[in-house]
Amino acid sequence: MMKETIIGIAGSGIRLATPYLYAAIGETFGQLSGVLNLGVDGIMLMGSFAAFFVAFKTGSLLLGLLAAVIVGGLMGLFMAFISVTMQAEQGISGIGLYLFGLGLSELLFKKTLGTVQTLNGFAPVPIPLLSKIPILGDIFFQQNVMVYGAFLLVPVAWFIINKTPLGLKVRAVGQNPRAADSLGVNINRVRYLAVTVGGMLAGIAGASLSIALLNLFQQNITNGMGFIAVALVYFGRWRPRGILVGALLFSMVNAFQIWAQVQGIKIPSDFMLMIPYIITILVLAAMVRQRFRGPAALNKPFERGK
Amino acid sequence: MNALIKRIRRSSRLLNFLTLIAAALLAFLLGGIMLVLLGANPFTALKIMVIGSFGNLNAFANTVIKTTPLLFVGLGICISFRAGVLNIGGEGQLVVGAIAASSLALALPDCPGWLLITICILAGGLAGAIWGGIAGVLKAYFRVNEVLSTIMLNYIATYLMNYLLRGCMMDPMQVKMCSFIPQTARLPRAAFLPGLVPSYLHIGILIGILFAVLVYIFIWRTTIGFRLRVTGENQRAARGAGINTRRYMVLAILLSGALAGVGGSIEILGVHHRMFTDGSAFGFTGMSGYYGIVAALFGQLNPLGTIPASFFLGAILTGGNKIQRFLQVPSSLLVVLSGLIVLFVVGSEIFRRRQAERAELEAEKEAGFQRVDDTDFEESG
Repeated sequence: MMKETIIGIAGSGIRLATPYLYAAIGETFGQLSGVLNLGVDGIMLMGSFAAFFVAFKTGSLLLGLLAAVIVGGLMGLFMAFISVTMQAEQGISGIGLYLFGLGLSELLFKKTLGTVQTLNGFAPVPIPLLSKIPILGDIFFQQNVMVYGAFLLVPVAWFIINKTPLGLKVRAVGQNPRAADSLGVNINRVRYLAVTVGGMLAGIAGASLSIALLNLFQQNITNGMGFIAVALVYFGRWRPRGILVGALLFSMVNAFQIWAQVQGIKIPSDFMLMIPYIITILVLAAMVRQRFRGPAALNKPFERGK
Repeated sequence: MNALIKRIRRSSRLLNFLTLIAAALLAFLLGGIMLVLLGANPFTALKIMVIGSFGNLNAFANTVIKTTPLLFVGLGICISFRAGVLNIGGEGQLVVGAIAASSLALALPDCPGWLLITICILAGGLAGAIWGGIAGVLKAYFRVNEVLSTIMLNYIATYLMNYLLRGCMMDPMQVKMCSFIPQTARLPRAAFLPGLVPSYLHIGILIGILFAVLVYIFIWRTTIGFRLRVTGENQRAARGAGINTRRYMVLAILLSGALAGVGGSIEILGVHHRMFTDGSAFGFTGMSGYYGIVAALFGQLNPLGTIPASFFLGAILTGGNKIQRFLQVPSSLLVVLSGLIVLFVVGSEIFRRRQAERAELEAEKEAGFQRVDDTDFEESG
């Protein structure tokens, strides 16, 4: 009994980390390049709807995922245009993008699907041999491909950020744009790229909700998850490994909360539902003692000769 | 020299106005295209919207009622954004203000009307101020991004409201009848805000306009308001001038939250006469906390400009409900539109800034001043 409970909570905790990982790592690219995209939640909502709608109509989960990538990329591109080319205040434009995504996903949902429908999302794929390991195999190696993808993204993102010329450019642009500019790096192009890729990943994060984890779409399905993902970037100090720890912290708390509700434990469910948001605030506040500083040019548009 | 400055001011004010109108028109153009894609005639929609929000006295009254919470949130936004604090917590601050007002009104049924109303509004303001103040202290002393913390506080307020309305604040009748609808009992009549014509149009809008004037005076005619603005415009310079910027940031969001909290209590005392929830994040507020931000941005973060901007948005919201009913276009279209308005307004900021810079340069040239380049300021901390 005890064993099943642990496997159940930990297994669903691993699954629930998926959207946080995609969204927060995507946001990391943008922030490292100096653009704070607070519209992640709006992009996730649109990605989530696009993936569900396309998968529902065509029967192809891969096409659905592709749709989420395209929609997310376009919204990222839009955000890049507003904050890089038009140099808008990024805190506010992110809220604009959020409202846009929130409204449009609900509008399209009501017009096309009307009611909450379900589909068969990505099925669990047990990994040969590894899934046979007692307990750990059940927790880690019997998940669906989008979950594996999210965890694979952590080392991949680490590699791109720290070991490739592109990653170096992204960091340089976010740390000291003037120096990067004098070395011939096209600041705005790098920022466009980073924010667009971040948008694609946010789209995938949304898709993971609607076609891999919950297998349905409803209004405001993310319930603020995109904002928590932004907070995770701070928590992880702009490092994929740190984000992994943060995402797992949140998803395990979530999984425990869901389990507790199913068990009918006598804590009012409204308080349980509050926990992730309270933890987010506490975690952000606890970061203050850390000496680690974020990208120096975060939230600052670049203009030559200024 | 003075005439020149006046001329420049006038021309930049005109440009400000024109870029705002252009931003709104662009958003509406896209809205119209979306209507076409949704199979509705945008001109019919426009007609329904105008008639539905201004067509007769009732429509007009509904528009004014919708305007009121947006105005209160928007006024708060004027203060906090001017101080450089991005308070996105209007939703949560409305909710806690409404909770405070309704619980006090229910607890003091025998209190004379004017006193009860005053107490409830003050309590709403206090609750909103506390809710905003949490984010303010976290920003000023713990460097927590206030956009994130206020959004988290919005969700926390929603669940707090759900908990209270499903628990100790639930209408005893609902418990007795076993229907358990999550809402409070109806408030005592004494707590109802007085009405205008028609009688369901409460005096909240008048209180709002009064507050707008007060906020205007506060921001532009008082020392504290001046320091708030300096804090928002250039933190380093403000600190250099001996301003305790942390304290002013907290003050800004306290006031901002208080105004939203007052807005929430006026919604209860003036419109609903009870607190209720549908469980979702936007059920009680109808997203007024976000629309208030749109109104303030559209009003150029000027309290007096926020009055017509809120009214404009209130009309769109009222008309949008009619469109939903007659053309089967979901009212979420309005959320899309307001998102676009925000994006276009902040996106077009660059034109206004460039114009201001040009004007400044010109003025200096004509006055024979040497232009001194500001050293780039970096926010330290």
